[in-house]
Amino acid sequence: MTHLDTLEAEAIYIMREVAAECERPVMLYSIGKDSSVMLHLALKAFYPEKPPFPFMHIDTTWKFREMIQFRDKTAREKGIEMLVYTNEDGVRQGINPFDHGSSYTDIMKTQALKQALSRYGFTAAFGGGRRDEEKSRAKERIFSFRNESHGWDPKNQRPEMWKLYNTRIHKGESIRVFPLSNWTEKDIWQYIRQEDIEIVPLYFAAERPCVERDGQLIMTDDDRMRLLPGEKPEIRKIRFRTLGCYPLTGGFESDAETIDDVIAETLSAVESERTTRVIDSDSGEGSMERRKKEGYF
Amino acid sequence: MKDLLRFITCGSVDDGKSTLIGHILYSSKLLYADQEKALALESKVGSRGGKLDYSLLLDGLTEEREQGITIDAAYRYFTTDLRSFIVADTPGHEEYTRNMAVGASNAELAVILVDAQQGVLLQTKRHARICAIMGIKYFVFAVNKMDLVNYDEEVFIHITEGINALQRELNLHNVKVIPVSATEGDNVAQKSPNMNWYHGETLLSYLENIDVRDYAEEKGFYLPVQRVCRPDHSFRGFQGQAECGQISIGDEVTALPKGEKAHIRNIFIGDREAQTLSAGQAATLQLDREIDVSRGSVLEKDSGLKAANSVTATLIWLDDTPLNNGGSFFVKLGTNLIPGIVVKILHKTDINTGGHINADTVEKNEIALCRISFTDRITADRFSRHKTMGELILIDRVTFMTSACGVIERCGHDEGLSENRITEKTRSAAMGQRAVTVIFRREDGFTLSQLEKAEKRLILGGRHTYLLEAGTIQQETLREIIAHLNRAGLVVLLLAGNDGARSQASDNDTRTIIYSKKKKDEESIVDFVKNVSSYDYDISEKALYI
Repeated sequence: MTHLDTLEAEAIYIMREVAAECERPVMLYSIGKDSSVMLHLALKAFYPEKPPFPFMHIDTTWKFREMIQFRDKTAREKGIEMLVYTNEDGVRQGINPFDHGSSYTDIMKTQALKQALSRYGFTAAFGGGRRDEEKSRAKERIFSFRNESHGWDPKNQRPEMWKLYNTRIHKGESIRVFPLSNWTEKDIWQYIRQEDIEIVPLYFAAERPCVERDGQLIMTDDDRMRLLPGEKPEIRKIRFRTLGCYPLTGGFESDAETIDDVIAETLSAVESERTTRVIDSDSGEGSMERRKKEGYF
Repeated sequence: MKDLLRFITCGSVDDGKSTLIGHILYSSKLLYADQEKALALESKVGSRGGKLDYSLLLDGLTEEREQGITIDAAYRYFTTDLRSFIVADTPGHEEYTRNMAVGASNAELAVILVDAQQGVLLQTKRHARICAIMGIKYFVFAVNKMDLVNYDEEVFIHITEGINALQRELNLHNVKVIPVSATEGDNVAQKSPNMNWYHGETLLSYLENIDVRDYAEEKGFYLPVQRVCRPDHSFRGFQGQAECGQISIGDEVTALPKGEKAHIRNIFIGDREAQTLSAGQAATLQLDREIDVSRGSVLEKDSGLKAANSVTATLIWLDDTPLNNGGSFFVKLGTNLIPGIVVKILHKTDINTGGHINADTVEKNEIALCRISFTDRITADRFSRHKTMGELILIDRVTFMTSACGVIERCGHDEGLSENRITEKTRSAAMGQRAVTVIFRREDGFTLSQLEKAEKRLILGGRHTYLLEAGTIQQETLREIIAHLNRAGLVVLLLAGNDGARSQASDNDTRTIIYSKKKKDEESIVDFVKNVSSYDYDISEKALYI
């Protein structure tokens, strides 16, 4: 078996264990490339049955328009149940990425996720996190426990032996499950090519309106984008390495229009993936770990 | 396409594990520029006085950076021209041994670091022993910090002798010893000009070329069923991962533990139809006739696998709460999750000498050979014969903590806890307690609210109880109710008057006890009830084997 076959079989095994042992699982769907891979694996894992759990997207209302179109089309074509949850309190208070900085992420993503999980009573949630993304993720178990307030205790993780996953939890507790834990960014791209998986077109280079801000190219996806004095959107050929809320996601100039181009570019990349996420560099070293303790996925 | 090698680094504290892996990543140009920049910045305030501190690449938790130690296993991924690697960098402190064992459980090879200044330490032995127990067959001993002993060959030869002794003692399958300096990079990715006396491979080159597959041959085919796939009435498929061997359409398989046979009608690997299924692949199998198969069943062919209801296993204890004889757990083995009891701790193993120590309790990070009985017959085998069927974990029934992991040395096909009929004994064993009735007399001053409080504490402590007040129920009826509750495996707390108490406890029934201790506080009640209802091994032994 090739390296990708091994990773695929491992992810499928994990998904089947969750479906068999957990009371009420959900698969978080962020519309990104990792989510596309996870969805593809879930369709394979249970075939010919549809995945025996719903999918859920936490919508901050600031995603790229192309992402939302892709989400709705995917749910329709694959015939899966797609729940969409937004923190309406946050919307009413006018929380936005321009004025509220890191509390925007907390309210519209972390709090929204906690609300949604509690409201639907999900006991296990699949996430697309990978251990190669960030140093505190590199330490996280595949089955990662969360207390009643969805917090993570990195110092006291349950031992995880072989593939004997312990899914027992008390009422109110939940598990985050990361079937792609052992995949790298390169594995994801190579698997997308091997399996011909459809992904949001924003990953491929195209001419898009954007402004340059703090060394990053921010796409002016709709007219809610606030321009600073002197900023004027210009058309540049850009693409994105990760996708999130458009005002917080940096693109970069590229000519990679096909999956092969993207893989070639990724293999020679000199910056790691998360540098294009504005939120990570927000409060310095250890910030991801802190957010995770508080319940960020 | 390249294959994948999963390995771990382990060894004692400060032997330089994280630094070694950090150096491999660094010198193989496997870091992204921003990570390299962050590393240079952080090293300025680190313990290496401004020189690059490679361990900072791996110790990702705030606490680890603050204390300068590794607490939990970190996983790193890298690819060279020859191979893809997943490496688990594991903690060296004895306190975090369980996190080291986690890393070992999924590794094919272990790189054990030995400090050239110190030689083989107790912690080196502990780690080597745990790796061997967890089934690792390939070992590289990297004798590190050679720069601090002037790259002296004599030192290396002396340490190699100690490692050879350890190899003989633990019966390690395949051992390689390499002299390195993780901070300076000698023999890590590049051959060292400082040790011309060493003619072997560098560490990285050894890892790229070692073939770890030859040892993995297991007999026959088997697939533990994870779930039954039933999208509609016309389709019934069994989903799981093939653990060894292969099978094709038309082959006959046996469904364990029942033993019914059927032929393979269809094979899906993922969503694609296939003729043949091989080890490692995730599949959905359709059979040509309806037989009894569910989660926990094993589909097998020529594997020699059997059902067992008790096993003898080497356990590594992982929980802060120690193990006692008679401890009751959920056992996860393959895709089965069933109640089981550690009937007897046979002996502990001395980490240093490998000698046997008699013991009634096993503490965190200790190793012990134990006999475990299950409440039902499940498919199991020796770890050395069919690995997946020989791995198990014990889950605490109250906290749900993973209390231990273990590998099976022997399988028992005796009566175990399972019988044809479910009896009081079986229920009692499943609940991990002795079903007794304790009577509290109103004349002694006991009240319902006091017993309610005591019951709450008993339940939180893992007992299954039922509190009953005698009230107006006729003595005959009451006796029957209590008998039923006890037969159900429950501990009954009965509040009754003098007459009632005498009437219930009159028949020479050792199961009914009147509380007659002087101390009448909640604490004493709880201790007493716990004591008389404990499923200690003497009772279980008699119940099970006599």
